[in-house]
Amino acid sequence: MTRATTKASDLAAAYDLAIVGAGPAGLAAAALSAGAGLSTVVFDENPGVGGQIYRAIATTPVADRTVLGEDYWAGAALAAEAEASGALIVTGATVWSLDPTLEIGVSIEGAARMIQAKRVIIATGALERPFPVPGWTLPGVMSAGGAQTLLKAQGLVPLGRTVMAGSGPLLWLLAAQILRAGGKIDAILDTQPRRNWLPALAYAADFVLSPYFDKARRLLREVRRQVTVIGIDWLAAVGDDKLREVAFGRGGSERRLPVDLLLLHQGVVPNVNLAMAVGVDHAWDARQLCWSPVLDADFNSSVAGIAVAGDGAGIGGGTAAAERGRIAAIAAVRALRPEALGSLPSEQGVRQSLQREEMGRAFLDVLNRPAPQFRLPKGDTIVCRCEEVTAAQVRDTAAMGCEGPNQMKAFLRCGMGPCQGRLCGLTVTELIADARKVPPAEVGYYRLRPPVKPITLGELASLPISDAERKAVER
Amino acid sequence: MFRRLVESKAATVALTVDGKPVSAREGDTVAAALLAAGIDHSRTTPVSGAPRAPYCMMGVCFECLVSIDGVGSRQGCLVPVCDGMRIETQRGKREAGR
Repeated sequence: MTRATTKASDLAAAYDLAIVGAGPAGLAAAALSAGAGLSTVVFDENPGVGGQIYRAIATTPVADRTVLGEDYWAGAALAAEAEASGALIVTGATVWSLDPTLEIGVSIEGAARMIQAKRVIIATGALERPFPVPGWTLPGVMSAGGAQTLLKAQGLVPLGRTVMAGSGPLLWLLAAQILRAGGKIDAILDTQPRRNWLPALAYAADFVLSPYFDKARRLLREVRRQVTVIGIDWLAAVGDDKLREVAFGRGGSERRLPVDLLLLHQGVVPNVNLAMAVGVDHAWDARQLCWSPVLDADFNSSVAGIAVAGDGAGIGGGTAAAERGRIAAIAAVRALRPEALGSLPSEQGVRQSLQREEMGRAFLDVLNRPAPQFRLPKGDTIVCRCEEVTAAQVRDTAAMGCEGPNQMKAFLRCGMGPCQGRLCGLTVTELIADARKVPPAEVGYYRLRPPVKPITLGELASLPISDAERKAVER
Repeated sequence: MFRRLVESKAATVALTVDGKPVSAREGDTVAAALLAAGIDHSRTTPVSGAPRAPYCMMGVCFECLVSIDGVGSRQGCLVPVCDGMRIETQRGKREAGR
């Protein structure tokens, strides 16, 4: 049951399984776990279930199913299954804390509660990789994922001169969706480096056999037929108070296009904030160029009782995310209610499906790996959007001997604004690694701590306290 | 920057943005309503006063921070609109230590 109206005071003090994130991994895990009789709660800070891939699956105003495509609509069954399972799914619920004793701090409509779980599945998914090009903070520049959210959830399509730039499957999918919805795209600036083809070929066999191959071919054909695609190796958003032009080129050339909206995308990376804040070990993924949690075959993390499923466990896509959620849920049932295991789908079958869904990813990862100049900015380009810290500042400070992101915070405040490093963390790690000529693994990441989302004093004050707790501080 | 698909038939919701009436649709988030209304920047930064607009629409970038019904720095992309909602944009450099 989804209850947008669930209040903080309606929550039980404890649940067998708490799942953070109602995307494909969270929904699939919830359906399986609640179906096996575990008391299951799912928290998601968004207004509805579905995560990003199935955003607004229950409420989208885009009625023509061809616009968003059948892969999107597949999410409806997943959502329905979770709804019917008896899991309590609470949307508009922001989890701001999780500690190693599995106590969760959550806020709903301005009121907070601490709840206890026996197991936790972190299913907080992915976010778009930072795309720090000159001018990327100007109004009129958005992430492609942002524009896709507006299309799915509100039925909004770009108006005016629109340019998309970057690489990766989502960019092409969004282009097709905008076109099918009757929108217009003036150009796609393709940043995929040509030199990626050779290393990607090593993984091509799996890709050709995977369902991605046919989908990608059809998608590229559909978009290329309608939109001019220009290969580029540099890009800048130009404007004063807002975006006016996009400047770009390849091999030293320069072109400019007047533009109202620029949509940027260069792949997605795990959203690590909650998992890192509770102390889950992460490692640098040299293929996907991001941090991923260190997990066992059941997606259990280094913190007892906490699993990480979905794209948060390393990018695998929406269908793989659901299978990962199921495997993590089966592990939870095995730990807490082994007598119910017999009623669950065959674990072997789920693992085989996961293997199938993950096929072809390696090719996409290597082919779409963003070029260094789009990950390692220079000069006045802003790295930390919140605190307006530039690439030159980070590079100069690293050259002075600043060895890691946490020291960099003390020098420059980068990563200390409201986004808590989500939009600059990878860039700062890679810039320091570049300056020190060491692998990013050696540089590390920001030390993240709860609260992982901002909460007000009023929300904290709304936490119920016992008489003993009150007496301990009252005079 | 954005237009609504003609097929969108959601009910109208009346908001105010900095005191001026703005019409949104049921199912909009605050950030989506601002973009749909053509409000091309929704805050200025506390560091340099530079204009910013919603960027990610999924709760991670914090560019869409606005004051909603008197509570400051809320993520507009996570809050659904409702009738009579008062939205104030946040402008100007921070005044720490004032």
